[in-house]
Amino acid sequence: MKIRTFFDLERIRAKGISFLFPGKLKISVGMGSCGIAAGADAVYEKLSETMKTVVPEGILNKTGCLGFCGEEPFVNVSMPHKPLVIYHRLLERDVPELLEHVMRGEHYRQKVFCKMDILENFMLPKALRFGDGYPDFPSIHDTPFYSKQKRIVLRESGVIDPESIEEYIAVGGYASLLRVLENGSSEAVVKVIQNSGLRGRGGAGFSTGVKWDIAHKLTSDLKYIICNSDEGNPGAYMNRGEVESDPHMLIEGMIIGGFGIGATDGIVYVRTEYPLVVERLRQALEQARYYGFLGKNICNSSFSFDIHIICGAGSFVCGEETALIASVEGFPGRPRPRPPFPSENGLAGKPTVVNNVETLCNVPVIFAKGAKWYSSIGSESSKGTKVFSLVGDVKHTGLVEVPMGTTLKEIIYDIGGGGIDGRKIKAVQIGGPSGGCIPSHLFDLPVDYESLQGSGAIMGSGGMVVLDEQSCIVDVTKYFLAFTCGESCGKCIPCRRGLEHMLYILDAICDGRGSMEQLAELMEVAEIVRITSLCGMGQAAPNQVISTIRYFKDEYEVHIKERKCPAGVCKSLL
Amino acid sequence: MDKKTSDIVLRYKGQVGGLLCILNEVQETFGYLPKEVLKEIASELAVPLSQLFSSATFYSAFTLKQRGKHAFHICVGTSCHIKKAPDILDEFSRLLKVAPGNTTENDEFSLETVQCIGCCSLAPAIGVDRGVHGHATVDQVPDIIKKYKGTT
Repeated sequence: MKIRTFFDLERIRAKGISFLFPGKLKISVGMGSCGIAAGADAVYEKLSETMKTVVPEGILNKTGCLGFCGEEPFVNVSMPHKPLVIYHRLLERDVPELLEHVMRGEHYRQKVFCKMDILENFMLPKALRFGDGYPDFPSIHDTPFYSKQKRIVLRESGVIDPESIEEYIAVGGYASLLRVLENGSSEAVVKVIQNSGLRGRGGAGFSTGVKWDIAHKLTSDLKYIICNSDEGNPGAYMNRGEVESDPHMLIEGMIIGGFGIGATDGIVYVRTEYPLVVERLRQALEQARYYGFLGKNICNSSFSFDIHIICGAGSFVCGEETALIASVEGFPGRPRPRPPFPSENGLAGKPTVVNNVETLCNVPVIFAKGAKWYSSIGSESSKGTKVFSLVGDVKHTGLVEVPMGTTLKEIIYDIGGGGIDGRKIKAVQIGGPSGGCIPSHLFDLPVDYESLQGSGAIMGSGGMVVLDEQSCIVDVTKYFLAFTCGESCGKCIPCRRGLEHMLYILDAICDGRGSMEQLAELMEVAEIVRITSLCGMGQAAPNQVISTIRYFKDEYEVHIKERKCPAGVCKSLL
Repeated sequence: MDKKTSDIVLRYKGQVGGLLCILNEVQETFGYLPKEVLKEIASELAVPLSQLFSSATFYSAFTLKQRGKHAFHICVGTSCHIKKAPDILDEFSRLLKVAPGNTTENDEFSLETVQCIGCCSLAPAIGVDRGVHGHATVDQVPDIIKKYKGTT
């Protein structure tokens, strides 16, 4: 059935609402990759097997990731007109006990994490209500992990079924697209994004509106929009969580973007290491085609557009837009000099907009609530929210979404709960192989593009790895250098040879063979690589070295002068 | 050209991004990129074999060597690294008697490293075939190997 009008959409929405609020017992298992790794598939199977006999009227389905990945597996239980009750660390062996309680209309208290009365939503005029009750259970907004978050991109993550387009429509999905197409002006689309202040979430923070405007203004028989889902930053998984939990949000954002720039084709370039992302996306694309959101004359408009998936093959540098384009063209993913920028001359020489997953995920909500609303969130220079993957030596790990301008202290201590077993946090590594380490005495720093850059790190795509006193800064730096050295495409000499030499020095320092002269040389080579590399990857690779020598020179000196590793990590120095 | 290969080539021939999709599916189907198959793809698509070889060796997901029946992918992402993934990798290497990137003599197990499988909250993580073990420890390694030994 093709959707042509708001009336059609409303009919599907009613169907979705009946899935979300079925008026009877419903159990949803959090089945993102991390949930599955924590045992959610066994929980699902056990529930499926047992529910048939004990609560045959109950509904069992899947949901995505609620974001608090350290507490997986999550299971949501809803009963008519009652709040949604969210269980954590619920394992296969807990299923019989859970069902015994549920059969009696009760909850298995020991495993309850929190409740959710309303489904917070920015896409609908009125929030959806689960129900009232359970005064003893904390509300999700009162739990330390969630109270300071502002979940716009992750708004329905872990609540709706990512495999159901109807549920996405139920929470206001595809209404923005329909409105945009009804209005019919692609200029207006570009204008709204420009006014919203949205900047690229992949790391560099370039204005999305400006990028779209360049491609929009060019005339060409073919234009492309590519979603960069090649999340190669090790230690970060925002995009995986976003797509696994809410794939239609990305698809809707991409179709609107495609309409805005006048694209004929859309491509999602996904990392091959994320099979579940590919599976969910493939299914979601089929559903979107079924309802006529993709294909010829979308929603009865004159706009025709489709999206297909291309899998990467394990290369970090392919996250760089020109390398990504080379990869799509069938070549090894080696970057090309810019300009020309892809927006003017990209895939097959045609205007090509490359946007990060999270950038596009922000698009539908901007059209639902308006550019003014969106630009009222965040800091002076950086609008909206940012999703971070908070991991490492911190108590609460998971995906965290906060308004731009939130301080590191709030993220790491208030949301993250601080160090594990009372250990002291030493630094946070932000931005992965392109970023750097920020020491704990600077944790009052607000998180936005400019502040982070000034501190020596970068916003990056949102990786935040907390390091405590048991982690060695020199070892972590060596780790990143070994990574970028291995991922260097080899095209330009500074990156290929410079990083290799830097790694050689770091190896010597970690082995107890380093000298202070070498440390000075390390800094010198780092500067050269930063200034003279061809692409963003090479230019940013020295950040980790430069930032750690700036803030943790004493740790390097202990390795060199005393031949000791204070954290006890470097094996040759034990 | 055998049917499996020609089906894959036909599906993507002429599409934007087709070549990468073909290589990915061939790798998935055969477990590696066989030399003969690469030659056939090159002639079918009229692409120089050198370009295919260049891609096949550039991307870490591609391999020109046959892999074992089961593959252990030790995640060496940042979060796993600081949670002692290197020790886990060493233990696998010691017990399987192979260096990372290689396959045991009986072709049963391959030991690979992977730059993050995105399960950073469950670090250190190990990918086995298509599943993932979270919160792995060095002590668990013998049991993990045992679980897959002799299975298909």
